[in-house]
Amino acid sequence: MATEVLMPALSPTMEEGTLAKWLVKEGDTVTSGQILAEIETDKATMEFEAVDEGIVGKILVAEGTAGVKVNTPIAVLVEEGESADAVPAPAAAPAAAAVPAAAAPVAAEAPAPVVSKASADWPEGTPMKTMTVREALREAMAEEMRATPEVYLMGEEVGEYQGAYKISQGLLDEFGAKRVIDTPITEHGFTGIAVGSAFGGLRPIVEFMTFNFAMQAIDQIINSAAKTLYMSGGQMGCPIVFRGANGAAARVGAQHSQDYAAWYAQIPGLKVVMPYSAADAKGLLKQAIRDPNPVIFLENEILYGRSFEVPVLDDFTIPFGKARIWREGTDVTIVSFGIGMSHALEAADKLAAEGISAEVIDLRTLRPIDYDTVLASVMKTNRCVTVEEGFPVGSIGNHLSATIMERAFDYLDAPVINCTGKDVPMPYAANLEKLALVTSDEVVAAVKKVTYR
Amino acid sequence: MATRKNPEAKGAEGANVSKDDLLKYYRDMLLIRRFEEKAGQLYGMGLIGGFCHLYIGQEAVVVGLEAATKEGDKRITSYRDHGHMLACGMDPKGVMAELTGREGGLSKGKGGSMHMFSKEKHFYGGHGIVGAQVPLGAGLAFADKYMGNDNVTFAYFGDGAANQGQVYETFNMAALWKLPVIFVIENNQYAMGTAQKRSTSTPDLYTRGEAFGIPGETVDGMDVLAVKAASEKAVAHCRAGEGPYILEVKTYRYRGHSMSDPAKYRSREEVQKMRDERDAIEHVRELLLAGGHATDDDLKAIDKEIKAVVNEAAEFSKTSPEPALSELWTDIYA
Repeated sequence: MATEVLMPALSPTMEEGTLAKWLVKEGDTVTSGQILAEIETDKATMEFEAVDEGIVGKILVAEGTAGVKVNTPIAVLVEEGESADAVPAPAAAPAAAAVPAAAAPVAAEAPAPVVSKASADWPEGTPMKTMTVREALREAMAEEMRATPEVYLMGEEVGEYQGAYKISQGLLDEFGAKRVIDTPITEHGFTGIAVGSAFGGLRPIVEFMTFNFAMQAIDQIINSAAKTLYMSGGQMGCPIVFRGANGAAARVGAQHSQDYAAWYAQIPGLKVVMPYSAADAKGLLKQAIRDPNPVIFLENEILYGRSFEVPVLDDFTIPFGKARIWREGTDVTIVSFGIGMSHALEAADKLAAEGISAEVIDLRTLRPIDYDTVLASVMKTNRCVTVEEGFPVGSIGNHLSATIMERAFDYLDAPVINCTGKDVPMPYAANLEKLALVTSDEVVAAVKKVTYR
Repeated sequence: MATRKNPEAKGAEGANVSKDDLLKYYRDMLLIRRFEEKAGQLYGMGLIGGFCHLYIGQEAVVVGLEAATKEGDKRITSYRDHGHMLACGMDPKGVMAELTGREGGLSKGKGGSMHMFSKEKHFYGGHGIVGAQVPLGAGLAFADKYMGNDNVTFAYFGDGAANQGQVYETFNMAALWKLPVIFVIENNQYAMGTAQKRSTSTPDLYTRGEAFGIPGETVDGMDVLAVKAASEKAVAHCRAGEGPYILEVKTYRYRGHSMSDPAKYRSREEVQKMRDERDAIEHVRELLLAGGHATDDDLKAIDKEIKAVVNEAAEFSKTSPEPALSELWTDIYA
C-alpha cells in the first residue's frame, strides 16, 4: 500500500515552509527514522524523518520549493513491486509548489492592510520595500551594532543556533562571539549581568526567548534597571533593551502564552514598546537601542512572519510616544497595539462593509502613551473600543478608559468597552484557546454596542 | 581601653605594609566606625528613617580589600553599604546627608541608606534586594572585559545572600566567560536573625565556587592585613585574566541586622567576646603602638581628626535642606 508523506508542522506557529533539500531520491529504500528531507520552518531548518518504511515511489514537491502548506503530500512511499504511478496524484498541487524558493517573495502571508493616509514617520516619496517583522528587527539590530561598538546582543540561542525565532540570524557571522553572546538558560543571572554591564558603560540588547521566561528576571528588570537612575539622583543610567516574543503563540499552553504589556507599562523608569508593523518594529527598535533608558520591547511570534512595507532610508527611527492612525474614521475610535492591531484592522474592514466608519489607532508605545492622539480621536468620534490580548484586570484598556473618562467625559456618547483576552489561564485545546483570545468579531460586537447598532 | 586578648593575633610581620599603610587602615576603619556610631545616634533622634544597616565590627573587610585596588576598579554591594562608600573615598557629608534624606545627599535624598552610587569613585551601589548585586557586579566586570581594560570588580555579599539562586547563575557565567570579578562573601554569621548553621547546609562558603571551577579561600576578616593579602592575591588572579575568585571573609557585626533589630538571636556575651578579643581596629592600634609607628598621642590626634570629620558630616546632614518638591519628578528618565 502506498503511503503519502505529508508536509509536517514543525513549530507551533508553522503554517507552511520551504522544502529546502531532499536527502533521498526516487527509488531509494527508506527505513523509519531515516532523514528524508530538510525543511525550513519559520524558525529553523529542520530534519524530517520517515515514519514508515518503504521505497520512495515519487517525489511530489521539488527541493527548493517555498510556501508548501502543512499537510500537503510531498512524496509517496511504495512497497516492493508496487508502482508509484498507481498512486493517484494529489488533487491539487499547492500553488507555490512550482516556484523555487530563490525567486519566491519572502512574504507568504496575507498582505498588510493599506495605510489610508500618508505616514508621518517618513517623507513623502520615500521608496518602500516589503519586509517581514523578523527581517525588520534583524536589520534594526545589525544597523545599530554597526554604528555603536558598545551595543551587543545577549540571550539564549542568539548566536550559533541563529536565534530560536531566527531574529538574530547572521548576526554572529557579522559581529562575532564577543558581541553576539549565547547564554546558559539562566534568565535571572544573565539579565543581572546585562544590567550591570549597562551601568558599566555598554548598551546591551537582551533577547528573552519569550517574555514568559523574563518573569525569572523581573526583579533585575524592575528593581535594578528601572529604578537605579532615580535612586542615584540621576547619576547611574541603564541603557538597555529587553526584547523578545510576548503574548500567545499557538497551542503552547498557559505558561507560554501571556501578554506582559500592562505589567511593564506600570513601571516608572521603563519605556515600553509593542510594535505591530515591520516599519514600526524597525524604527522603534533602533530608537530603543539608542535610548538611554531601559526599554521593554514586546514582539509577537505570530507577527514575526508577516510582511509590511518598510521605508528604505539610511537612518530610520520612530520616536516613542507617537501613536499611528492606521485608518481614519468618524463613527468610533478603536485603539490597539501589537497583535491586537490585526483584530482591530480586521474589525474595521468588517464594520466598513456594514457602513460603520472606524478610526483605528496603533499606540505603538505603552510608556509613554500618546494620550493626545487617542483623546483627539475620541472627541471626534465620541466612542471608543480598546483591543488587546492581555488579561482584563488592570489592562491597558482599563487605563485608557479611565483617562478618557477624566479628560473627555463630555464627549463620550457611550461607555468605553475594553476587548481583552479572557480572564483565564491559556488553555491548550484548540477550540478553548480560540475562545480565550480576543477576536475581531468581539471587536465588531463591541463597536456595535457603543454605536447602538 | 580594651586590649586585644587573642594570642593568635597576627602582627605586621610578613605582610608587606608600611607605617603609612597601617596608619591609613587605622584612619579608614576608625572613620567607618565613628560614622556608623553617629548614624546610629541620628537614627535614634529620628533624623534617619527607614532601614539603616550599620557596618560596625566589619570595618577590616572593606578596608583590607580596598587596599589592593587601583583606579578604575569597581565595587558593588548590598544595603549594608556605608562602610564601602567611605572606604572608596566618597564624601562622608554626602553619605550622611543621604541617610537623612537631604538635598546634599549623594542621591539627592532619593535613594537613602541602601541606595547610593558614585560614578566618580566607581561605586555602583547600594542594592536593597539580597543577592541582586552579584550578577550586577559580574556585569560590571563583563563591561571591563568587553572594553579590554584590566579593571577588577569587587562584588560584595553576605552569608545570607550566598544562598540566593542568582549567585550561582552568576558563578557559572563568570567562570564560563572568565570575568574579572572578585566575589567577596562577608560572612558575619547571621543572615538577619538566622545563624549560619540554621540556614546553610555546608559551612564553608568559600568552597561554593568549586562546582564552577572558581578558586576560593577563607580569610580572617578581623585582621585587615590578612584581608589585604588575600585581596592582592585575588586581584592578581583577576587581572591576569584567570577569571573570578571567591573570598569568604569571616567577620562579625556588633550591632543588629538593622537599627530595628534587637538581636535576641545571639547572646550579649558572644558579642562582647568578639569586641574584646577580635576587634579589628584595636588590632591595628596595637600594631602601630607595638611597632613604634605611633604614640598614644598620635592616635589620639587621629581620633580627634576623625571625630571632626564625622561631626561635620552630621552637621551637614542636619542643615542641608530637604530636596525640592520638584525633585519628585526628576531622574525617572535620562
